[in-house]
Amino acid sequence: MLRLSATGLGCVRGFRNVFNDLNLQLSSGDALALTGPNGAGKSSLLRLLAGLLRPSAGRVAFEGDTDEGAVAERAHYLGHLDAFKTALTVGENIEFWIHYLGGEHDAAPALAAVGLESLEHLPAAYLSAGQRRRLSLARLIAVSRPLWLLDEPASALDSAGQEMLAGLMRTHLARGGMIVAATHGPLGIECKELQLGRSNQ
Amino acid sequence: MALIDLANPTRFLALVARALPWLAAATALAFACGLYLSWFTAPDDYQQGATVKIMFVHVPNAWLAMGVWTVMSIASIGTLVWRHPLADVAAKAAAPLGAAFTFLALFTGALWGRPMWGTYWVWDARLTSVLVLFLMYLGIIALWRTVDDPSRAGRAAAILTLVGAVNLPIIKFSVDWWNTLHQPASVIRLGGPAIHPAILTPLLTMALAFGLLFVTLHLAAMRNEILRRRVRAMGLMQAHAAQGA
Amino acid sequence: MTALAALLVRDMRLAVRIGGGALMGVLFFLIVVTLTPFAIGPDLVLLKRIGPAILWIGALLASLLALDRLFAADHEDGSLDLLLMGSAPLELTVLTKALAHWITTGLPLVIATPLLGLFLNLEPQAIGAVALTLLAGTPALTCIGLIGAALSVALRRGGLLLPVLVLPLTVPVLIFGVAASNAAITGSGFGAPFMILCALTLGSLVLGPLAAGAALRQGVE
Repeated sequence: MLRLSATGLGCVRGFRNVFNDLNLQLSSGDALALTGPNGAGKSSLLRLLAGLLRPSAGRVAFEGDTDEGAVAERAHYLGHLDAFKTALTVGENIEFWIHYLGGEHDAAPALAAVGLESLEHLPAAYLSAGQRRRLSLARLIAVSRPLWLLDEPASALDSAGQEMLAGLMRTHLARGGMIVAATHGPLGIECKELQLGRSNQ
Repeated sequence: MALIDLANPTRFLALVARALPWLAAATALAFACGLYLSWFTAPDDYQQGATVKIMFVHVPNAWLAMGVWTVMSIASIGTLVWRHPLADVAAKAAAPLGAAFTFLALFTGALWGRPMWGTYWVWDARLTSVLVLFLMYLGIIALWRTVDDPSRAGRAAAILTLVGAVNLPIIKFSVDWWNTLHQPASVIRLGGPAIHPAILTPLLTMALAFGLLFVTLHLAAMRNEILRRRVRAMGLMQAHAAQGA
Repeated sequence: MTALAALLVRDMRLAVRIGGGALMGVLFFLIVVTLTPFAIGPDLVLLKRIGPAILWIGALLASLLALDRLFAADHEDGSLDLLLMGSAPLELTVLTKALAHWITTGLPLVIATPLLGLFLNLEPQAIGAVALTLLAGTPALTCIGLIGAALSVALRRGGLLLPVLVLPLTVPVLIFGVAASNAAITGSGFGAPFMILCALTLGSLVLGPLAAGAALRQGVE
């Protein structure tokens, strides 16, 4: 049973106070949706949890962990960009992340889970926007990490893609994973909600 | 939507407002004494005549060129280790001053060299090291101006300053080596003959004067930078408020 | 395959597939060597005397070529964020990217040196000396350049900023590289400058990744 807790988090971008004294708690199987207007700090909070942004106050940690770096190593971050190289094939891209991030699975099953298995040997440059998003999701399947930090994961996905995404998220939660996702619309799964915005200053 | 807490800089601004007039007066006094001593009491050099007195401006500037980089390095440690709000203000304000003193050192060095060597620049070891230092100052200033976000610029400049601090002794050593390879030892050294007391007093007075000048200008520049950042923060607040309306 | 080996293979693959990286550096090197006689005249004696210096300056400038894309390419497609979230220490990740850059850019320059030395009328002994010092010194140039690449990672228009930041720091490497080459040609005193050159390279292998790692962390924020 894994727990993620963030206490007293503050975030400053430029000289603007984006939010302060933010707390959240997540246990295995929990999903949290971040909502709010643009500029409210959803993406910043995700990057903060991923360890890519240093908080101005507070800390983030897995329950029982004294080493803060451990969160970044046990989380997947899915941002607005899709993090793959157009000069490599679809399969080469996934295999690289498997080796670099320490996954135990193969590329083929992960690609099959997102419906890209027939494109494994094509250059990633040929993919459409929706297929690129699926490729990013394949990375989440290929490498098992307990925490998923997703920034508007459903963008660029059509309705079939969004259903697939919801299915993947449900499977992940059922296996004891945790999800924090910033979104403008419904995610299609049961989740708690954290609204960021003026009321949070 | 709250302004970032600037309590420390506010106290700093109050301190600067009180201290600046005194510092400016002390600087003026030190320069008056130093210039008087340099002009009237220091002896002419038997070889160079009165032009040796450029040393009283050149040497303090060369010392300050190194000294300001040291100040910037300490400020950089403050930025990276403690994220002290005043640290990157101090570093940013110091860089142009350091560049100016370095430039003055080069300029007075060239002026001094002309009567002696016949040309303005002979690539001697000391002046060449100072030239490389000047290039590094300009690089730091370029970095400050190219990165938009002031706090990120501060951290980037801090890293480069510390890398530069580590490299400066290496560069000095390398340039000295290079110089002995390519120039015979008989070239007149800018240091001149051994420093004896009649030269020491005016030299140290001028060094003190330039040092006070730096402190005065530095504090004033820090004050200006803090005010500049406040204006920027207010502008950001205004833009953000308009977005939500 | 370990994480860092995968990164090395990926970066080398990308360097080969995108924009002919290695050949571009060698081509630039050749152009610099070709321009010099246009500027100073085809005086063979003079060219032989300053040959090592021209080769070193050419190699230094060519090394800087692909450096500005080193981290910027990863930053632009979001890969840099994920590289920071691997289990390998960031400094080793950076060092691995530097190694890939050196193998695909620095090493070809060393290999091209003998051919270019012929254009400058250098004796075989001189060519060997320059090639050896470049072999020892180009890693230092890559590692020092790393720092500039990391500092300018988030800038859309780095332009000349990277060379401006990096070149003053490469002065010691240049001095001792050329000094060692010239010493080998005259036949005396090669050991000392060459040892110092190697020491500079070893030092930069530590300082470069450390500083670049710190710069990257603040660059992705």
